[in-house]
Amino acid sequence: MSVEFREIEGKSMGYLGLLALLGGILALGLGAAYYMEHNGHWVTGMTNQIVWGVPHVFAVFLIVAATGALNVASVATVFNRHVYKYMGRLSGLVAISLLAGGLMILVLDLGHPDRLIVAMTHYNFKSIFAWNMILYNGFFAAVFVYLWAMMDRNARPLYKPAGIFAFAWRIILTTGTGSIFGFLIAREAYNSAVMGPMFVAMSFAYGTAIFTLVLLASYAWTGRPLGDLVVRRLKNMLGIFLVTVFYFVLVFHIASLYVAQRHGVEEFLLFGDNIYSTLFWVGQMLIGLVVPFALLYLPGTSGSRFWLVIASLLVVIGGVIQMYVTIIGGQAWPLDLFPGLEESSSFFDGVIHPYHPSLPEFLLGLGGMAATLLMIALGVKILRFLPMSLEDHVVDPQHHKAAD
Amino acid sequence: MSNENRIDTYRRKLLGGGAALVAGVTIAPGVILNTVAQAAKPGDRPLDRPVDDSVRWGLLVDANKCDGCEKCVTACHETHGVKSHGRPETDAQWIRVVKLRDRKTGYEQQLPVMCQHCKHPPCVDVCPTGASMKRADGIVLVDKHICIGCRYCMMACPYKARSFIHESLEGEQLPHAPRGKGTVESCTMCVYRVDNGQQPACVEACAAEHGEEGKALIFGDLKDPNSEISQQLKKYGGKQIRADLKLDTGVRYQGI
Repeated sequence: MSVEFREIEGKSMGYLGLLALLGGILALGLGAAYYMEHNGHWVTGMTNQIVWGVPHVFAVFLIVAATGALNVASVATVFNRHVYKYMGRLSGLVAISLLAGGLMILVLDLGHPDRLIVAMTHYNFKSIFAWNMILYNGFFAAVFVYLWAMMDRNARPLYKPAGIFAFAWRIILTTGTGSIFGFLIAREAYNSAVMGPMFVAMSFAYGTAIFTLVLLASYAWTGRPLGDLVVRRLKNMLGIFLVTVFYFVLVFHIASLYVAQRHGVEEFLLFGDNIYSTLFWVGQMLIGLVVPFALLYLPGTSGSRFWLVIASLLVVIGGVIQMYVTIIGGQAWPLDLFPGLEESSSFFDGVIHPYHPSLPEFLLGLGGMAATLLMIALGVKILRFLPMSLEDHVVDPQHHKAAD
Repeated sequence: MSNENRIDTYRRKLLGGGAALVAGVTIAPGVILNTVAQAAKPGDRPLDRPVDDSVRWGLLVDANKCDGCEKCVTACHETHGVKSHGRPETDAQWIRVVKLRDRKTGYEQQLPVMCQHCKHPPCVDVCPTGASMKRADGIVLVDKHICIGCRYCMMACPYKARSFIHESLEGEQLPHAPRGKGTVESCTMCVYRVDNGQQPACVEACAAEHGEEGKALIFGDLKDPNSEISQQLKKYGGKQIRADLKLDTGVRYQGI
């Protein structure tokens, strides 16, 4: 049975309103970036101590989620799960849109965004940052080819190899993104090889949550039928990924807690009288992991699409908070130049570094998110990303309700 | 000999001569440069000749002699036009005096900390564009023309040695110390002075304040066994900050 893909009509007031809203947020984000670049970074909360701030929290979150969003397509292509096959195109679109939004933030926060061309022409091949630039560009290329193979009958033979390649590429990419932090030898909150795989696990959870939200919204707002089978599969996938994230977070912190040198930073992040401990337990663990997991599996909320939306939103919020704890909290803990000795100086040695995020930083971050959603909204109107129907008998002709 | 054979012979000679010429043009300058390099002494390298690794510049800090007067800090920031904007958290600091206190014994000391000019600098490793670089003589610098301001080097530096320029610089720029909003900077070991055969500003200021006997800073060539810095290190030893990271720093400390 062939499934019909069609562009959305995109003429309703709701759709145009959505575009206007996202465009407005994006414009605010771009304005904020201009303001920060024009004045210099002193107008932000970032300092010589907290060198990466809220823009990086949003950027890294989106970049990590991007690779995870491709997961739905990969499951169909690489692991031959037919049910996911018709969502592959949307999965690819969400993936590249998330990556573009994240990179937009990252570039606009540079001290010299005007030198993007320098970053593209001068490569230090030992730099994991430079590897990531190659990985990001490669991801765009790989997903474009993958989408082409999915959307053009003539490119069909490429479908399997392109899907496998994109899957392998995305694993490497997210490992690379995690390793941006994992390879920082001198910072006690980082410097762990586990960060690579931990970010891969997080990407699965964040990407699946965002994909679920986009899918449910698209079908609800266009009135196209969406069967329970697909929704249930996405729900279960999200549940498994949340458990995986929990596992890696546990391993990461237990490994750190075992090392005497890191007792200080772990106590600071997990049990300190500070914002990061609160954000870790309430934001990352409770809002981002425990509550959504409970919502996915408790009898009262398990089958409900409404609660799946809430759970997915919580995973996204928890994910952003996790990035805040990782990126800002990790920098707030001072470098220990002279282990065992108390340090002090006019350059804030030996003290917890404060960080007061500014409004423009948040606006730039939200602008990146808006750019992502705008790309998706425009994408589904311009090209045939969405199937007309994802009913159970469409996605799985052999499906019997009792069998699942 | 047929005409064809004659042309072949001619070609062979021409090619042979050409090869010899190319070899001569490419190898000879190298040979000459090498000869000059071996003859060179620290501080008197002609400015039109590339830096080489016949020297490794280093600093020795004697924490026992440092009284925290901060003359080195003032001299450094004056010579490079680094000024405070009244915002300590974003103001650049190329060198700072760090006060240390032993929690158990209460023993206190102070010492200047700046870029440690590592042999294996993490900032150079992580820099995506290659703006962070190490000269052949061991001085770690930032190429302001290709620094994109990503600050990854600041994340990677174990010594908190780098600063980001958070604002436009007006009237602070000096010709020998180019700086710019949106780029990262740090101690250059006064590269412009060293190339002219002078000592770094901090070293000079320390000696001027405390005299030859009392000075806490010594600059010199770590590769030259007869240099003052090498002699001092041989006699009294020296430590590296975070020696466990095995970065082989160019800045060494005594008394820590």
